[in-house]
Amino acid sequence: MSALTALFYVFAAMTVFGALRVITARNPVHSALYLVLTFASAAAIWMILKAEFLAIVLVLVYVGAVMVLFLFVVMMLDINMDSGGRGFWRSSVAIFVGIAIALELAAVLFLYFKGASIADAPPLPADYNNTKALGALLYTEYVYPFEIAAVVLLVAIVSAIALTLRRRKDVRYNDPSKAVRTRAADRLRMVTVPPVSRSTAPPGAPEADATDGEPAK
Amino acid sequence: MTLSLAHFLALGAILFALSVVGIFLNRRNVIVMLMSIELMLLAVNINFIAFSHFLGDAAGQVFVFFIMTVAAAESAIGLAILVVLFRKLDTVDAQELDSLKG
Repeated sequence: MSALTALFYVFAAMTVFGALRVITARNPVHSALYLVLTFASAAAIWMILKAEFLAIVLVLVYVGAVMVLFLFVVMMLDINMDSGGRGFWRSSVAIFVGIAIALELAAVLFLYFKGASIADAPPLPADYNNTKALGALLYTEYVYPFEIAAVVLLVAIVSAIALTLRRRKDVRYNDPSKAVRTRAADRLRMVTVPPVSRSTAPPGAPEADATDGEPAK
Repeated sequence: MTLSLAHFLALGAILFALSVVGIFLNRRNVIVMLMSIELMLLAVNINFIAFSHFLGDAAGQVFVFFIMTVAAAESAIGLAILVVLFRKLDTVDAQELDSLKG
């Protein structure tokens, strides 16, 4: 068993263990963290397959961004950690379906692709640059799908923001544009209040002047 | 046993089966279901990269690139829907999302 094979088995075991814990962990936070382990191990497997750029992108985009998004949402939503009883019947059906799928796929794959040894893979040139090769392909032959992928990301941005944006009703807002358009005349009104001397004024005379002062409420 | 293409494809098959089991097991938690979908896409990506390496064609890696783009968009929108859902219903239990009577 060569060193490469041993490395593959180690990383594959880590990947499968992580995936198993993702689906069986009670706590969604633990699920998210085990998913990080799975993605990191899968990145190592991709390194064995000499897809270096995608391995780094997997770590950067998935572990760095998507899993942080998952963790953020899991921790923001107050989910009851105990997700109830699983039920023996549902678990046994799930395990049966899973083992059936894995055995069927593995049987067919080992029947047909067992002979394809990794030593038989087409040799890469000595100055092979995975990022360069991928970029050359992406920006020439696949440039139209590339643009569509950009539009998909734009749609994701707009929809994610539009879905979660809300104005809270229980908070008082200050409208800045309204505030700067305020004039002094809107806020302050000057009224002339004539001096009233109750003791000296003759009855009847000041009543006529007082009407332009305080308006009737 | 020397390393062959079948090893990588079997790893993809096992991951895919595990994610199907995860969707069965976690019917009450939409977040773990979303994680299972991410695992499924990872299994498909492993297959793509294995074939790309063994056929000596970099086009498979370009497809992985696009799958990762779409998966990132999908998880962002899915989580946004989940947040809105939680604000409305105070739960992420898939069994209680039955207002469409499906």
